Amino acid sequence: MIPGAFDYHRPSSVEEAVALMGQYGLEARILAGGQSLIPAMRYRLAQPAVLVDINKLPNLAYLSEENGMLRVGALVRDTDVEFHQDIQSRYHLIADVSQVVADPIVRYRGTVVGSLCHNDPSGDWAATAIAARAQMVIRGQGGERTEAIDDFIVDSFTTSIQEGEMAVEARFPVPNTRTSGAYEKIERKVGDYATAAAAVQLELAQDGTIKEIGIGVTAVALKALRVAEGEKLLRGQKPTRDLIRAAAEEAAKIADPNPDARGSKEYKKDMARVLVGRGLVKALGRLGVKI
Amino acid sequence: MQITLNINGQDKKMDVEPRTLLAHAIRDAGLTGTHIGCDSSSCGVCTVLLDGNIPVKSCTMFAVSAEGHPITTVEGLAGSNLHPIQQAFHDQHGLQCGYCTPGMMLSSVALLERNPNPSEDEIRFALSGNLCRCTGYQNIVKAVQQAAQAMNQPAGAAADD
Amino acid sequence: MAIESPNLEPKGIQGLGKAIKRKEDSRFIVGKGNYLDDINLPGMMHMALVHSPYAHAKINGIDSSEALKVPGVKAVITSKELAGAGLAWVPTLAGDKQMVLADGKVLYQWQEVAAVFADTRQAAADGAAAVQVDYEPLQAVVDPYKATDADAPVLREDIKDKMEGAHGPRRHNNHIWTWDVGSKDETDQALASSEIRVKQHMVYPRSHPAPLEPCGCIGDMSKATGRLTVYMTSQAPHAIRTVLSLVTGIPENNIRVISPDIGGGFGNKVPVYPGYVCAIVGSIVLGVPVKWVETRTENLTTTGFARDFHMDIEIGATKEGKVTAMKVYTLADHGAFDAAADPSKYPAGLFSICTGSYDFPKAYAEVDAVYTNKAPGGVAYRCSFRVTEASYLIERSMDVLAHELKMDPAELRIKNFIQPAQFPYPSALGWTYDSGDYEKTLKVALDKLGYEELRKEQAEKRAKGELMGIGISTFTEIVGAGPSKDFDILGLKMFDGAEIRVHPSGSAIVRAGTRHQGQGHETTWAQIVSEELGLDVDKIIVEEGDTDTAPYGLGTYASRSTPVAGGAMALGARRIREKAKKIAAHLLEVGEADVEWADKKFSVKGVPGKSVTMSQVAFAAYTNLPQGMEPGLETTYYYDPPNLTFPNGAYVCVVDVDKGTGEVKVRRFVAIDDCGTIINPMIVEGQVHGGLTEGFAMAFMQEIAFDAEGNNLSSNFTDYLLPTSLETPKWETGHTVTPSPHHPIGAKGVGESPTVGSPAAFVNAVVDALAHLGVRHLDMPVTREKVWKVLRGAGIDAF
Ligand SMILES: Cc1cc2nc3c(=O)[nH]c(=O)nc-3n(C[C@H](O)[C@H](O)[C@H](O)COP(=O)(O)OP(=O)(O)OC[C@H]3O[C@@H](n4cnc5c(N)ncnc54)[C@H](O)[C@@H]3O)c2cc1C
Ligand code: FES
Ligand code: FES
Repeated sequence: MIPGAFDYHRPSSVEEAVALMGQYGLEARILAGGQSLIPAMRYRLAQPAVLVDINKLPNLAYLSEENGMLRVGALVRDTDVEFHQDIQSRYHLIADVSQVVADPIVRYRGTVVGSLCHNDPSGDWAATAIAARAQMVIRGQGGERTEAIDDFIVDSFTTSIQEGEMAVEARFPVPNTRTSGAYEKIERKVGDYATAAAAVQLELAQDGTIKEIGIGVTAVALKALRVAEGEKLLRGQKPTRDLIRAAAEEAAKIADPNPDARGSKEYKKDMARVLVGRGLVKALGRLGVKI
Repeated sequence: MQITLNINGQDKKMDVEPRTLLAHAIRDAGLTGTHIGCDSSSCGVCTVLLDGNIPVKSCTMFAVSAEGHPITTVEGLAGSNLHPIQQAFHDQHGLQCGYCTPGMMLSSVALLERNPNPSEDEIRFALSGNLCRCTGYQNIVKAVQQAAQAMNQPAGAAADD
Repeated sequence: MAIESPNLEPKGIQGLGKAIKRKEDSRFIVGKGNYLDDINLPGMMHMALVHSPYAHAKINGIDSSEALKVPGVKAVITSKELAGAGLAWVPTLAGDKQMVLADGKVLYQWQEVAAVFADTRQAAADGAAAVQVDYEPLQAVVDPYKATDADAPVLREDIKDKMEGAHGPRRHNNHIWTWDVGSKDETDQALASSEIRVKQHMVYPRSHPAPLEPCGCIGDMSKATGRLTVYMTSQAPHAIRTVLSLVTGIPENNIRVISPDIGGGFGNKVPVYPGYVCAIVGSIVLGVPVKWVETRTENLTTTGFARDFHMDIEIGATKEGKVTAMKVYTLADHGAFDAAADPSKYPAGLFSICTGSYDFPKAYAEVDAVYTNKAPGGVAYRCSFRVTEASYLIERSMDVLAHELKMDPAELRIKNFIQPAQFPYPSALGWTYDSGDYEKTLKVALDKLGYEELRKEQAEKRAKGELMGIGISTFTEIVGAGPSKDFDILGLKMFDGAEIRVHPSGSAIVRAGTRHQGQGHETTWAQIVSEELGLDVDKIIVEEGDTDTAPYGLGTYASRSTPVAGGAMALGARRIREKAKKIAAHLLEVGEADVEWADKKFSVKGVPGKSVTMSQVAFAAYTNLPQGMEPGLETTYYYDPPNLTFPNGAYVCVVDVDKGTGEVKVRRFVAIDDCGTIINPMIVEGQVHGGLTEGFAMAFMQEIAFDAEGNNLSSNFTDYLLPTSLETPKWETGHTVTPSPHHPIGAKGVGESPTVGSPAAFVNAVVDALAHLGVRHLDMPVTREKVWKVLRGAGIDAF
């Protein structure tokens, strides 16, 4: 299928990109990896009049740690994360997710930031960002702001990015050696969006209690959700099987999925529970805690 | 609009619309070894290499965006001899109808460059963005293993079989 | 400088049983295959279609004016224009007729409504998007069981009062035909007196072959010569030529159908689709070549669906597990037009192979076909005309019976197998099975798997609350349609032709009426000829797909190439050998009776060393002939097989079930096939791998699903799921060889056995894993959720 016609711009600086976005407003879309946008355009589900291709922008492909944060520039592709040895060994949650987003070829083009901006309710990065307590850096003509992921994710395919703005970076806190995480996804096949998926990240205190925890679930509501009640149950506690079960049940409670070919409401709710449980067990296991 | 794409080492000037998909641009340039099999970026029969070793689905990229990035298609795999992956697909019966084969081989080449000694699981993982409807993948896996072996042999020690 | 075409030819005489590498590979691995969309003709226009968003709707008007304003758009046609050419409707292969473009109403979602012709593919797409259609939605019939309700809406206004159909009387507007076979009374009696009776309902869901290359067509009508050349993704180019001649009135010798390289067919590329007709009409009207290549959505929503059989079975048996009778009722959902690609006499295909590998004394099967608001089709998707449905039915049912009898499913099968001594075996539903040794094949499979050990492991696991299952399928296929006394499509007898020309210098060109789509004919046909004539395979070229040059044949589908065209090839070669023998006698200066064919050459009996090769004979055929003999060394042979062939196999599958998610993992799969004589073991193994993968897909993922309004929920590859390398299990293959006694080289055909035989093995394995929880059957695709429901229902949970 053939996309509708559009005007194409290839800015060479973020300033220029933002200016174009300001100029064309809602008519314009950023083209990052194109792995969501182009298929949508081929089906003519999206018919933007103007595309602002950011792929040639310099200095947006950085992936570096600074001030306790992993900074992921807007042109960092999924594979940059997937093939990054240091990230793979220290960022357990991110390592997990980087291997199950889309398919291996799509990951060569798809960007982490683009996925977060696209904010598909079944996307994998949003739940991950929730569990990891990530932040988004957004640039507009008026300047730059940083936003907590919970504020950034507004609704299905909707973020807090305003007309005339673009995201330039996602930031993930650097995990210490007492921190681990896991991403548990069930999909019908490689390249399928999740039937349900859960992201967890937790930090153990010296005494073995859970110091900090993040739990996100995706594909079970109109947007990725934080399982706040589950986090609350575990925070400050020594993890036990019963506590984990109870925390996982919180995921099922808040899940409100649409039934579709991937599964009924009941099934997806139950999977939110099972996958959160599994993620917690796996993350703890990676810290040497057997449940 | 006028663009120049470097395909298999040759600069090709072409007149495209911004919406022209890279896959169509490549095919319109007469290089029909790059195929199209879906509209949802699912099948991978359109896979080409960008910048030498980055496999991309050429149906999910606009031709204009590929300017400045050398492109390798199946037609550019062989030099004066077949590329080891081509020989291996033949030797191991890694193709039947041949429709997925160009994309499959290019994804394999990218894998081998990154990981010269992949295990069967790693091969199956890396090729899971390319569908094949004919072979059941088993002989494709064998072909990649053969190619890995051939490519790991020190230069000059080329097997004669 | 990149090489254009590597020389990878296998060399020398390479006959039957040799795993030589494929001759056709050379062009594909360098990207020089020539598929339909690779063909570009001067001045060619592009066509795009407008589709219905509704499953059932009246069309109040079509407005093309906006489309015609799109730069580059040259014409838009609708049913009205087609009617002018007498092509608004065309006959289907099943005796029905079918709209080319919607005529007054649409009968399924995505039905073709208008065709737009333009200079570029972009303009064609923009034009199609600009056509305005005024629809008035009607109530859709989606559930086939409701199609013949008294108050069901009439789908086919065109045959509203025509209650006599192509296959007998119709009892409702949405009823197409009823077909039955076997003795109902005797079966009922046998069932009534059976000690054990089991019943089961099961659905073989609608699916789609979905080859990676979509369908397409280029119509090229030459105004100058009046000749129509049609490039088409066709598995049956000759039959297409005949059909085109019949519907367009163009003399058949003025039509040339060229089927270029095909990127997979699997039955999808047998019928004639509306898009083909429109592209041809477009070329006739516009006077330039017109290309149409399907989008994936068009492929999945409008062309060649398969299966959609809703089956009820009852089996009778003794307490000891000896089967006594089988009775089957099937409701077949044929969609909006009966366009099934079945032999005329068999509207339900060869479904009556449903007694399988077992000695059923009595059987009866009845099939009802109905219209619904879904796409037409009913193609033989990697299957010999409904054999897949039949095999699944019987193999699944044998497990249901085993469950009822609390008997090991392997033991039950062995107890009921048709015995080697019973061949040729007349089945209760009228077939004569050629050969087989079912017990031997099963035992090879069970030994390879380590069946006893695995049953022990299963018992131990079950005691610990873990779930694993073992599934068996010992299927028998019926392929190679077929003998002309019974088999035709649109009256065309289902023989196949082979032409062999041996040139003076000893090389040969071989042509067949079949059209391969990856099956390796360019290699296997060469092997048969190499075997029969003693010529080097690298001196034999195989050509298929051009109706101007190839002999007539019904094409490649339903596993018929090897049984039918392969037979033609062998017998054609033998006919050449007979003539060659006379020439050899002349060269050797002895009488013909003193010449023998041994070691791939002609020798004088009893005189070692005195011999001539086929190459020498070929030269003589053009240079030095016996007095009075017609020069040349070539023949065309049409083979009308005396019977069908009955490939069979034993497949065993082991699965593990995840108690938390319901996920099923195939741990092992052993497939032992018996396809008679093997021409090329490498190619056979490749065919089995591919077919098993499609069977796996059927069992676990593939389904063309609809919602209650008739919207197609599987219209692209994000919803119609094809397995990747990661989900696909590792296959363990092997074979036994029981040659077909009536086939010239004893071959039976194998391309489809694995798709036919494997789904039951997968499902049986899953059901076996859950059997102790009271599960007797699960319908395909066996999703995680279906398993999860069973687990949670039984109070099983885990995370
Ligand atoms: C076959 C297939 C399977 C997939 N499966 C999955 C999956 O399982 N899980 C999953 O999470 N994703 C999946 N995806 C989506 C994929 O991961 C996308 O790459 C990702 O969602 C979008 O990233 P992108 O860089 O390609 O963005 P694009 O497609 O370029 O853009 C997507 C949207 O985000 C906007 N956007 C992009 N970057 C910015 C920016 N910097 N600032 C503001 N707006 C921006 C664009 O304007 C557009 O609206 C799949 C895609 C394909 C083709
Ligand atoms: S054509 Fe299917 S992924 Fe590109
Ligand atoms: S060889 Fe046919 S799709 Fe792979």
